[in-house]
Amino acid sequence: MSTPHVLLGLLAAGSRHGYELKRAHDERLPRARPLAFGQVYATLGRLERDGLVAAAGQDRAAGPDRTAYALTGEGRATLDQWLSTVEPPMPYVASTLFTKVVVALLVADVDRARTYLIAQRAAHTARLRELTTVKADPAATLSDVVAADFAIAHLDADLRWLHATLDRVADWHREVHP
Amino acid sequence: MTQLQARGVVRAYGPTPALRGVTLDVTEGEIVAVTGPSGCGKSTLLHCLAGILRPDAGEVSWRGHRIDHLSEAARSRLRRTEFGVLFQFGQLVAELTAAENVALPLLLAGTGRREARTAALTWLERFGVAELADLRPGEMSGGQQQRCATARALVTEPRVLFADEPTGALDTLTGEQVLTQLVRLAREQRTAVVLVTHEPRIAAYADREIVLRDGLVDHTGLGLDVPLAGGSR
Repeated sequence: MSTPHVLLGLLAAGSRHGYELKRAHDERLPRARPLAFGQVYATLGRLERDGLVAAAGQDRAAGPDRTAYALTGEGRATLDQWLSTVEPPMPYVASTLFTKVVVALLVADVDRARTYLIAQRAAHTARLRELTTVKADPAATLSDVVAADFAIAHLDADLRWLHATLDRVADWHREVHP
Repeated sequence: MTQLQARGVVRAYGPTPALRGVTLDVTEGEIVAVTGPSGCGKSTLLHCLAGILRPDAGEVSWRGHRIDHLSEAARSRLRRTEFGVLFQFGQLVAELTAAENVALPLLLAGTGRREARTAALTWLERFGVAELADLRPGEMSGGQQQRCATARALVTEPRVLFADEPTGALDTLTGEQVLTQLVRLAREQRTAVVLVTHEPRIAAYADREIVLRDGLVDHTGLGLDVPLAGGSR
């Protein structure tokens, strides 16, 4: 995930200080990799250094110094540029899951590879069910649903791949170890 | 408590075996997904459990009584009262309105016309399609038709609903909405569901999953007929 761009996006609606940015991040990107406060401030520091955000006043009322930041013209241009660029759709066939199966096949026999695929399939299924429960909860916000949906669609695709690969693993092993 | 029980169910189509000895228990109110690749026997299993097909060997019992030996008429009666059946598409009677379609199982079971219509309207309302009551299937979208078909399958408040790829003909979002409603309403009235699907994301709505392969429960599959972490009950 591109934390700098997310922070620029969260600042597009108006200036905010680090604490508010962290809160808005967690609300809009539920179940994302946790974003530490330190990372928010470090990223803001780099964005300020690069002229993409600027300090816009301080709020001392709540105790420690809290600097609010605002998007600069350059920051908005950078954000627009990022949003108008399409992400390359899977430019490389690369994921730890895929790589691990390949390596298992290289170093172990077909049963070991199959055992790994079955264990991974069980783990994927458990996670799929967990997220389905999250999504079906009547209290889920649309942000929760959309985030869960994204993960569910990918887990579903991985599971189909795992099923198909289990069917092919013996032939594949013969190809790798002729 | 186990309500529906299959023991060593075998079924072939001519020389082609479809089920080669499947054993399965369904307890009251639970949702069981039956999954597996095309041709693994999952639809045949559903048909045997619902009394639509008679197994060649093995037993199917409902609340402790064998149903595989019952006459066609007795099995039909069971499907009108205790069981509900839902398929992928093409189940609504084209000449009848949505309300008439949903009321049909009640009328066949001897419920009065007015009472049946009232129940049908209530079920259409539960599926959010009350406004379709007087439309015929040809005037509805696929998603609307499937909501009506699901309402019709649940209108008799069956103890088990047999659903064969119930969202298979719908787009992802519509399918999900229909399934969410189906699961919620089934849980509310403690109707068990046997849900046949080849889609992992659909199976994830169930309490547990049975994987079939070549007519047998696949013990290398994730299912192993055990509950999975993160189940909703």
